[in-house]
Amino acid sequence: MTRLRSILAPWVLAAILLAIWEAACRAFAVPSYLLPPPSEIVVAAVQNLPLLASSAWNTLWVAIIAWICASLVASAIALGVSLNTLAEDAVRPLAVVLQVTPIVAIAPLVNIWVGLENPERGVILLAAVVAFFPIFSGALTGLKAADPDLERLFDLYGATRLQRLLRLRLPSAVPYILEGHKVAAGLAIVGAVVAEFVAGSGGAQGLAWRILEASRRLQTARMLAALFVLAAMALALYALLQGAERIILRRWRGR
Amino acid sequence: MTPIAELAGVEVDYPRGRALGPFDLALAPGEIVALVGPSGCGKSTALRLLAGLEAPTRGTVRRASGRGETSVVFQAPTLMPWATAIDNVALPLELAGEAKASARQKAADALARVKLNGIDLAKPTQLSGGMAMRVSLARALVTNPRLLLLDEPFAALDEITRRHLAEDVHALWTQSRPAIVFVTHNVEEAVFMADRVVVMTRGPGRTAAETAIDSPLPRPTGFRTTPGFRNAAETISRTLDAAMAAA
Repeated sequence: MTRLRSILAPWVLAAILLAIWEAACRAFAVPSYLLPPPSEIVVAAVQNLPLLASSAWNTLWVAIIAWICASLVASAIALGVSLNTLAEDAVRPLAVVLQVTPIVAIAPLVNIWVGLENPERGVILLAAVVAFFPIFSGALTGLKAADPDLERLFDLYGATRLQRLLRLRLPSAVPYILEGHKVAAGLAIVGAVVAEFVAGSGGAQGLAWRILEASRRLQTARMLAALFVLAAMALALYALLQGAERIILRRWRGR
Repeated sequence: MTPIAELAGVEVDYPRGRALGPFDLALAPGEIVALVGPSGCGKSTALRLLAGLEAPTRGTVRRASGRGETSVVFQAPTLMPWATAIDNVALPLELAGEAKASARQKAADALARVKLNGIDLAKPTQLSGGMAMRVSLARALVTNPRLLLLDEPFAALDEITRRHLAEDVHALWTQSRPAIVFVTHNVEEAVFMADRVVVMTRGPGRTAAETAIDSPLPRPTGFRTTPGFRNAAETISRTLDAAMAAA
């Protein structure tokens, strides 16, 4: 019962807020280019559904490719670096520099490098850059997070470096790696949208382009519809990964 | 008889200062020795020297250095949370390159020896504290060690569980008679467990006194209520008090 209530609570709150929004827009006759009521947004969403869906799919697809690229590169670097403290000392600060540099600031540069005729490559690269750090950082932390007494036990029984990596460090890192990938997936979507904005051309036909397009035409309801589709997509992806993480962790620790 | 392991005049210095020594300890085969002392006296350091996990700054360590000849049980069960009980117990054998099938067979036997049946495929989180400690003990015994090092293994368990485990350790000891070094700060547990109780001074630890416990192993029932047990415990408590006051 309490479980049902806690599931329903956010939906009820959202419904109340939407009702207030709708009522306020009508009561004060707010012009709809400024703030359209939810009903208009729904109409705009339904009318533009095929376009919004294909744009959402483009953004999602770009984010997924970027996420996979980031996962492969970040995991490989984290693994390599974890084997050597000097390499870690060298790489970690550079990874932090990459993380603290705002993606918007490097986007124009990346667009020049990939060529203005290939905006989608730039978008993927930028989203991958954003998704890199949490995976790298999580994997590296996890690879070094093994129980020190278990490390001693492996010393005691004369484990080789490979045995230690495969039987101790990689399994210990699993929860950290999963967490890193979960955070990175959300960031990949954010990165993809930001990069689409910066690319700012019709070449990258994602949700950000739909928002820009509608904004230039002052079609506020369409903008908000695209925004809601974006939020719903990011939320769905997060929920999916959260579920996957829970299932894998339950198998990992048997509970 | 030649000792199975020996610390001779060992000293261990850490950056923050001396942790142990000079300290001497010789272990005869099959002997059970308890190290008792205040926190930070270097008991665990002495144990790590015997395990070969650390080297002394000065002095010499002689030990059975073959793979699996020395086993350690830590204060926590120290099991791999992602692995089943039987995989945890089979680990030392598999690290030594033993085939999976025979390693698992020996692991199953070791689990049966510590009176754990039907939990082979359970993960550590599904076990109680006492059961997890038994799995840890089974892992230590699976290589048939000649020297078994126990670092406050029962400290986190409740009184009843720790008494059962103390008796079980004796029962296991009678099967293969490894030498055992048992670190604790519980005086009564030390008297119950060991042939010989070594009291250490406050850190850096040295030997303050040594008391032989005159009773057969495993202990006869009601040993804890005998005058011999009470007297030994009181003697050791007094030397421990003196050791903590001194230095």
